[in-house]
This record gives sequence, C-alpha cells and structure tokens, in this order.
Amino acid sequence: MIAELGHFALALALMLALVQSVAPLIGAQRGHPGLMTLGGGTAIAQFALVALAFAALAHAYVISDFSLATVAENSHSTKPLLYKITGVWGNHEGSMVLWVLILTLFGAAVAWFGTSLPPDLRARVLAVQGMIGTAFLAFILFTSNPFLRLSPAPLDGQGMNPVLQDIGLAIHPPFLYLGYVGFSVAFSFAVAALIEGRVDAAWARWVRPWTLAAWCALTIGIALGSWWAYYTLGWGGWWYWDPVENASFMPWLVGTALLHSAIVVEKRDALKTWTILLAILTFALSLIGTFLVRSGVLTSVHAFAVDPARGAFILVLLAVAIGGPLILYAIRAPSFQGGGIFAPISREGALILNNLLLTVAASTVFFGTLWPLFLDAMGAGKLSVGFPFFNWTFVPLMVPLLLAIPLGPLLGWKRGDLLSAMQRLLVAAGAALAVEVVVTTLVSPEKTLAAAGLALAAWIGVGSLAEWAERVQLLRVPLRTMLVRARHLPRSAYGMTLAHLGVAITVAGIAASAWEQERIEIMHPGESLAIAGYEARLDKVEPVQGPNYSADRATFTVTRDGALVATMRPERRLFTVQRMPTTFTAIHSDLLSDFYVVLGDSDGKGGWTVRIYQKPLVPWIWLGCMAMALGGLVSLSDRRWRVGAAVRSRRAAAAAPGD
Amino acid sequence: MKRKHRRLLAVTVGLGLLALATVLVLNALSNSGALAFFATPTDLAEKPPSPDRRIRLGGLVETGSVERASDGRSLDFRITDGKSTVRVTYDIANGPVPDLFREGQGVVVEGKLQSGGIFRADTLLAKHDERYMPPEVAEALKRTGHWQGEHPPAGQAKP
Repeated sequence: MIAELGHFALALALMLALVQSVAPLIGAQRGHPGLMTLGGGTAIAQFALVALAFAALAHAYVISDFSLATVAENSHSTKPLLYKITGVWGNHEGSMVLWVLILTLFGAAVAWFGTSLPPDLRARVLAVQGMIGTAFLAFILFTSNPFLRLSPAPLDGQGMNPVLQDIGLAIHPPFLYLGYVGFSVAFSFAVAALIEGRVDAAWARWVRPWTLAAWCALTIGIALGSWWAYYTLGWGGWWYWDPVENASFMPWLVGTALLHSAIVVEKRDALKTWTILLAILTFALSLIGTFLVRSGVLTSVHAFAVDPARGAFILVLLAVAIGGPLILYAIRAPSFQGGGIFAPISREGALILNNLLLTVAASTVFFGTLWPLFLDAMGAGKLSVGFPFFNWTFVPLMVPLLLAIPLGPLLGWKRGDLLSAMQRLLVAAGAALAVEVVVTTLVSPEKTLAAAGLALAAWIGVGSLAEWAERVQLLRVPLRTMLVRARHLPRSAYGMTLAHLGVAITVAGIAASAWEQERIEIMHPGESLAIAGYEARLDKVEPVQGPNYSADRATFTVTRDGALVATMRPERRLFTVQRMPTTFTAIHSDLLSDFYVVLGDSDGKGGWTVRIYQKPLVPWIWLGCMAMALGGLVSLSDRRWRVGAAVRSRRAAAAAPGD
Repeated sequence: MKRKHRRLLAVTVGLGLLALATVLVLNALSNSGALAFFATPTDLAEKPPSPDRRIRLGGLVETGSVERASDGRSLDFRITDGKSTVRVTYDIANGPVPDLFREGQGVVVEGKLQSGGIFRADTLLAKHDERYMPPEVAEALKRTGHWQGEHPPAGQAKP
C-alpha cells in the first residue's frame, strides 16, 4: 500500500513538473504575474511529493518488502539496517529516484531563496528546472519504475553486492548527485538568460553560489569514491581512469572552469556567452555521467540495447537536453553585448587560460572514455583505452594550468604586470627550487619526475600563500595593521587561498606515490616481513563471524625500531548470501604516510599471501580534496551571497548606469 | 587592445591548445600500451598478433589448469573459449589475484602474446559478481557456441 502511495506521488510530481515547465514560461513571456508565481508553488510541492515517494521506497527497503522487484533484486533480510537504507540508491531505479529528489530539492531551494530574483528570471529558471524534472520523472515512471511489484513475492532477496556494503560507498552517490544535479541550477539560469537575452553582473552573482555548492559536493563525492576504491579493492591504487571515474571527473573539470569564468562575469561583465556555454556543457556532462554509469552502456553497448525502451529514452533525453540549449545558444549568443575590455596579460586573461586548459583537458578525457563505446556501437571492433593514454594526454595539459595557479591571482584586472607578479613569487620559486634540490640530491636522484611534482606542489602552495601575504601586507606593516587587514579580507579570498592550497596538497600526495614500497610474500603465523623501516609480524589468522559474512582475520603487529606502531587486522570475508569473497584491508595512517596490509589467499598449507604497502603522503591526496571543498564552502559563506545581496547590487547598478 | 583582437587572440590560443591536445591524443594512441584490442583464444590461434600489440584476452579459466608458482609470485593457467586455449602467465607483482578468480569462471586478462605462444598478462580482471560474465567473454562464447545462457533472475517482474 505504501509503495503504491509512493508510485502515485511520483506520478503526481510528474504532472506538477509539466505545469511548472509551461505555465511560468508563458507567464514570463506575457508578463502575467499569476502564471509566473505558479513556478514557486509547484517546485516546492514537487519536492514534497518526490520526498514522499523516496520515503516510501526507503520504507520498503527497511521492512524488506520483497514484493517490490528492486528490493528483491538488491536487498536481503540479513543485511545491516544501514545498508538497507543506503541500498535504496545502490541500484538503477533507486538511484534515479535519489537523483530526482535532489533535483526537486534544488528547484524548491531556488523557489524558496529566490524570492528576491526578478520575477521573470525566477519564473524562467523554475520552468527550465521543471522541464528537467519532467524528463526524469517520465524516465523513472515509464522505464525504471522502482515500485514494480513481483508476484509471487520471493521469500528473501538476492542481496546487495558485498563490495557496495561499505560506508564510504554508501555516502558517495548522494554527494556525487548533489554535485551533478547542483549544476542543473547553473544550467537553468543559463537557459533562462538565453531566453531572456540578458546577462549582467547580478546574474553571475546568483549563479556563482549555486555552482560553488555543486562543485564542493562533486569534489567531496569524487574524493570519497577514490578513497573507497583505495581502501576497499585492496590494490593500493586510488585512481584508475576507469570510465565510471571519468564520468564524474569530466563535469568536475568543466565545472571548475565555470566557477572561474563566472568570476569574470561578476567582476568585469565579460566572458558572458562563454560562461553560459560552460554552464550548459557542465550539466550536459553531468547528464552523460549519470547515464554512463547507470545505463549499463559501459559494461557493454549491447547491454544498453537489451532494454531498448530505456536506451532510446536516454538518447532522446540527452539529445533534447543538450541539443536544445545549444541551438538556443547559437541563435541568441551573438546578440549578447561584450563587456569590459582587457589586455591578454591580466587576471581575465589568466582565467581564460585556466578555462581553455580545463576544457581541453576534459575533452581528452571525454575522447578516451567514449571512443571505445563509439567504435563498438559502429561495429568497428572492441578495444579499451588504458590509463597510459590519460597519463600522456591529461598530465601534460595540467602542468601549465598548475604552474599558472599562483600567477593568476597576482595579476591585476584589465591589465596585469607579469614581471611584478613574478617578483612577488620569488619566495615560491625559491621554495620549489629548494624542494627540487633537496629531493634530487639527498632523497633519490633517479626520481626526477616525482621530484618535479613535489617542487610544483611547493610552488602552488607557497605561491597561494604569497598572494594572501601580499593582500595583508605581511611583514611590511605592523602586526596589528596586518591583523586588521587579514580580518577585513573577504571570505571568498580565503576560500580561494584554501582551495589552491588544497590543489598543492593533492599534487604533493600524487607525486609522492613514486616512493611507495610494496612487498608480496607468502607468510606463516609467527613470520615477519620488513618494509621501509617497519617490521610487520603475522601473529595469527583466525576465523570470525560477521553479521552477513564469515571471515578469516589476520592479526599483524607492526613495529618500527622495536616500538609498536599499530596492531592491524585485515580480513578476507566471504559473504554468505552471494558466496562471494572480498578483501577487507587494514590501513594505519598517521597523515604523513599509510601502512596498508592486505590478506590474500591461503596456500592450503598454513601460509597466506600477504601484500603490504608503505605509501608516503598518500592521505594528502584526499586531504587536499577536502581543503578544496572547504575552500569552496568558505567562499560560499561570503557576505556578498547572502540572500538579498544580489538584488541590492542590481538596484545600485540601475541607479548608477554610467558606472 | 581592441575587442576584436582580444577575441582573435583567445581563439588562437584555444585552437593552439586543441591542436596540442590532438597531438597528445594521437601520440598516446600510437603507443602500444594505451590501447588494447579484444580477442578470444580462437582469434589468437587463427591470426597471431604481433608481439608488441596489447591484447585484451577473454574466456573461461580452464578447469584444472591453474598453477601457482611455489614462491607465490606468478600464476599460470589456460584460458579457453571452447575451441582454442591459450596459456597465460601472470606476474602477481602487477597486482593481487582478484577475489573472484576461479577455475571455470569468466576472466579477462591484458598483456601481450609472446613469440612462444604464451600470453604474458599484466592485468587480471574477474568482476566482482559471481553471476557476472564479462560482456566480451559472453559474446565470444556465444560465437563459438559454448554459451550456456544467463541464470534467470529469481522472480520475473510484473507490473
């Protein structure tokens, strides 16, 4: 009964979404206030209905209602409660409902916080949100209904893939979707601006916080996914250039470009059409990312064709959602007025370079990810593109971008002085040189590339701090004056410094992976293994029983110079429902390095394959991502973006047209 | 600088970067490590590829063929598609043997065919689902007529 209620709520939400996509648009065109305000009410009601449907689905999972097809296929009565709940979005149907839930949440938020928006812009934005909602709700209801009943209902479910029964992966999709779907707001604003034919600084002031919020969520989501792969798969790697990873990385790259180009629109009233294009492309890549992962097209083009209705729907949806706005863009963009003029060497110029490098890098990832699919669909044979491809294309494009990070903020708007910016970065250059020299002469002379990577990290990190030091006049004015200056610096400036520091931290973590050490041995209880100055002794291997698995658990005592570092207990688990073995790695991290132990197969004669890694600085990869996301959040708290700030500035701009 | 010139410069830089990216892509593609072509044991038997071409070989792990070296450093087995078999050697320094690697199960390996007919693999993939058959493998087995079909799902969905 509750499931039917959920189904009905989804259908009702679709009807509301249809109204929301049409009525406010007509209202805005004809200047009819009643029709325009309809958008807000429908957006909020639509969110309530989808939330109801989601709750109904979650309820079915929690009580293990196996008469629902999705529950029977993806859940099991013995599964821990936490994974029953997170299992809601661990499959195609449920994840689509979560997607729409977040979409309608953003729609409701625009309706709620956007009361200070000009009514026609708000109506158009909500109408575009409504169109996306219509498409997705129809997709769910017609091709991926989560409330499908089974008759007769099975006694128990088929269980969830054990690899997915993990807290890191459980919270990874919601963050990823917050990111993907968050870009829909920027997309809706872009399409609304195209319909309206107008973009001004205030428009950018509304778009930026939404983009920033989505970008933060996506950053966290990607980092969580990478961290999950690192600790759960037992390979010791953290990024594989796997199509699933690339699917989330492409919108992140273009979204990062959008974040930076929106600054130029806001501050300098330039790059408007480019920013609109980026907003459209970012969301287009988010849509492609969602469907790449969820449609089965990645495992096989033919699996995609197994469900022709779903495949055709997705292709039509993508064509309309991406093609439509691009056609509109082609018609409308030339009529937009160009803004402030600037010299090539200027902050605008630096941001354009950032944008070009990020989008070109994203296009190489796009090519590498989709080319095999394209060839396969054309019947031209099967091939796979491996990580060397991405390392040889992506990395060379990233290096100039990373080198330019400290320079950009030091260049002035309109016309910058490269020479004086360089002079202010002498300390950063010195730090980079020092790192390079120390690493190549003292640590390991043969790892020149990795040393250069560490030097690059030092350049970015010290360079970002140099910009802050410049703004607070560090060491040039009395301490008290400096502190006052530091306090008055806008939060967005701190956000930028923090995010750029995060890049430096991540780059350092990646570069340091060249020094990781690895040993694989067959060990018997009582034996020890030495690696990177540590000694790991296998004390015992014993069977243990988990809630829905049985396992062999090893106990290792890790010492360094005789002192105890950690007692580590990696496991080899066998999930009883699926008869499927998984590894449970043990990781000891002191934030400067990870000690990583994997228990492998038994050789049947009392020995166990053991794999141990010592990985310097590897936690920095994710710490850096967290610093980037935190920087975004700090920037988001800037007072300029509080509710109502934008309207005041638009009024001020209207009052002083000659500004 | 005039607006027209500025735009021209931006477009030039953009096109330059695109050209650079194209060069990088073509360079990466021409390197044998970046691309792997899918083949079955029968394909390898009928048309042996050159030893420097990277191959993604799929099939079933032949029952009774798995041998672990006594030092645990390498794994030897045969991959079959029912018609032909290929001897594979995998150095586990490249990565641990996946949990689901088992005799009689579908597997995909990546590497190069040595001149002696032994396939030296540096990547070993067995997917994390025991009902799962790598799609390329399923298709190849269908072609050679050794496909038994998928297990039917527990219940048939009804609206």
